[in-house]
Amino acid sequence: MKAVLSLALKSAWARRLTLGIVLVAIAIASALLLAVERVRHDARQSFTQSVSGVDLVVGARSSGVQLMLYAVFRSGSATHNLRMDSFDAIVTNPAIDWAVPLILGDSHRGHPVLGTTPAYFERFRYADARPLAFATGRPFAGGIAGVFEAVLGSEVARTLGYRSGDRITLTHGMAAAGPGHEDKPFAIVGILAPTGTPVDRTVHVSPEAITALHLDWAGGAPLPGLAIPAEQVRKFELAPQEITAALIGLKNRADVFRVQRQINAYRGEALMAVMPGVALDELWQTLAAIESTLFVLSALVVAVGLAGLAATLLAALDQRRRELAILRSLGASPGDLFFMLAGEALLVTALGVILGIVLLAGASVLAAPLAREFGIHLSPGLPGGNEWTILASILATGLAAGLIPGWRAWRMALADGLTPRN
Amino acid sequence: MAAAITITDLRYRWRGQPAPCLDIPHFAIAAGERVFLHGPSGSGKSTLLGVLGGVVLPEQGRIELLGQNLVALSARARDAFRADHIGFVFQQFNLLPWLSARDNVLLPTTFSTRRRQRSGNPQAAAERLLTHLDLAPPLWRQPAAELSVGQQQRVAAARALIGRPEILIADEPTSALDAPRQQAFIDLLLAEAAAAGAALLFVSHDVRLAAHFDRIVALADINRAAAEAGA
Repeated sequence: MKAVLSLALKSAWARRLTLGIVLVAIAIASALLLAVERVRHDARQSFTQSVSGVDLVVGARSSGVQLMLYAVFRSGSATHNLRMDSFDAIVTNPAIDWAVPLILGDSHRGHPVLGTTPAYFERFRYADARPLAFATGRPFAGGIAGVFEAVLGSEVARTLGYRSGDRITLTHGMAAAGPGHEDKPFAIVGILAPTGTPVDRTVHVSPEAITALHLDWAGGAPLPGLAIPAEQVRKFELAPQEITAALIGLKNRADVFRVQRQINAYRGEALMAVMPGVALDELWQTLAAIESTLFVLSALVVAVGLAGLAATLLAALDQRRRELAILRSLGASPGDLFFMLAGEALLVTALGVILGIVLLAGASVLAAPLAREFGIHLSPGLPGGNEWTILASILATGLAAGLIPGWRAWRMALADGLTPRN
Repeated sequence: MAAAITITDLRYRWRGQPAPCLDIPHFAIAAGERVFLHGPSGSGKSTLLGVLGGVVLPEQGRIELLGQNLVALSARARDAFRADHIGFVFQQFNLLPWLSARDNVLLPTTFSTRRRQRSGNPQAAAERLLTHLDLAPPLWRQPAAELSVGQQQRVAAARALIGRPEILIADEPTSALDAPRQQAFIDLLLAEAAAAGAALLFVSHDVRLAAHFDRIVALADINRAAAEAGA
């Protein structure tokens, strides 16, 4: 076998250019397949990791999916708000550990503005119960003191180039060019560290700030003839009358169904409480079409990649027909030729796959800042889950592509070897 | 002396052809005998060599090589038998172009245990044969593709001779050479076959090369199919 191995290596070396091209083709195909699979996986991951540590999300009664969309993803808008007195009534429930109000509706240059209490920064969790962290600065102060202070998500600060101490003004509604709140600028007091969740795109202010902005507004437009300057707002009652939604944490998670029922049955107003995990799953189901599109895309890339791989290996093998014929005519057994063909196909494919993994790892590291701009967290590191299946199918294809024509060559080889035609 | 090759009642017909192209009642080559077989192109020479090499199976007849009926062997056993007992020199040499001259000569000893044992020390045997065939040591390490046609042919001859197979079969091995070198190569092959005690079956359409053989046979004389076709 040692002599056959040496022959196989010399033969491979003689075809190093072709094999090198095959190797690079396999590497690129593997990297592509893994990348598509990883993006698919990571998209789902960053979706389901957008909120954690919150037991219930409460809003006006609509659909759970819609509630999640605006409360967590800051996408779309609430059809109804809930009254502050409803919120106050709910949180008297002894099972509730903490509750944070969310007020949505304004924006800053396309980024949603969230009115919430400083407790939000302590209570909100994402991914594996990771808390929010400040890259610079501090939370805004509670109550009147922090009324014109803002905390930015990392992406807002990065894309718009803001630093702590800068001043920004908000816009009414989500339109980038909506009517403005230019008369009441905010000072940026803190910037959050990146999370890979919608928090990164959000501008955080206090609930009192939202009230202050709308003191001289009614029905979504400034009241004509009435302008209350920023320095005067502290004279008014700034506690909000309505909020958009609320996040609730329980003392004991086992109470979640009971508290959910109690909120759903609240008599003062039509309310709804949803469990974020369940609602996120439901929401992901509605996005199933996107996932299956990605999956089909991924499968197509696999098919094209493997077909190209097989074609390249077959072309390389056709080159070898004469060589195989000569070896057989000199007494090489089927086992010897199998060893040479299978060994080479496996070796080249395996090297190509390893090179592909290295390529992808390198690309992930290089592309990570770019991907983060799109809110995608590419996880570098070893393949997992489906990726092993993909890698195994690449190896199997490489082997099959090496063996099937090898078997054909074997059957024709002898006639070629003794009475050559070329 | 025992026969190296004995053909009895051989009939071979290409698929789809009504008449056989080979119909040989009897043809034998004694051990160590050097036979020149000639016939025009298309007369069935290559087919006969295919039958002798165990590549194509006749529909009828016995092909005995060294007393072993080739037809009765399995495909794998035929491969092994051919590698152990027959040295081929092909019209196009069939060297592996990327392998050095010496490694090409060593190929039969890689795949056939018998040839390896009979060569004693394969390396030494290969070098001795190459020296005999007038290939200088600097050429031994060169890939076959970089040798001249004449050099490649001598490498092919050395490969057929290594491990002293009992039967040498040469299929138009001189057609790529000019006339003076053709005769020189044939003399070399005859001498080496005699030295190894091997039976030599030399096949060519060119009867002018037949001068130094023990026996000259026209394929048409042993092949009834050709005789009928010609009649």
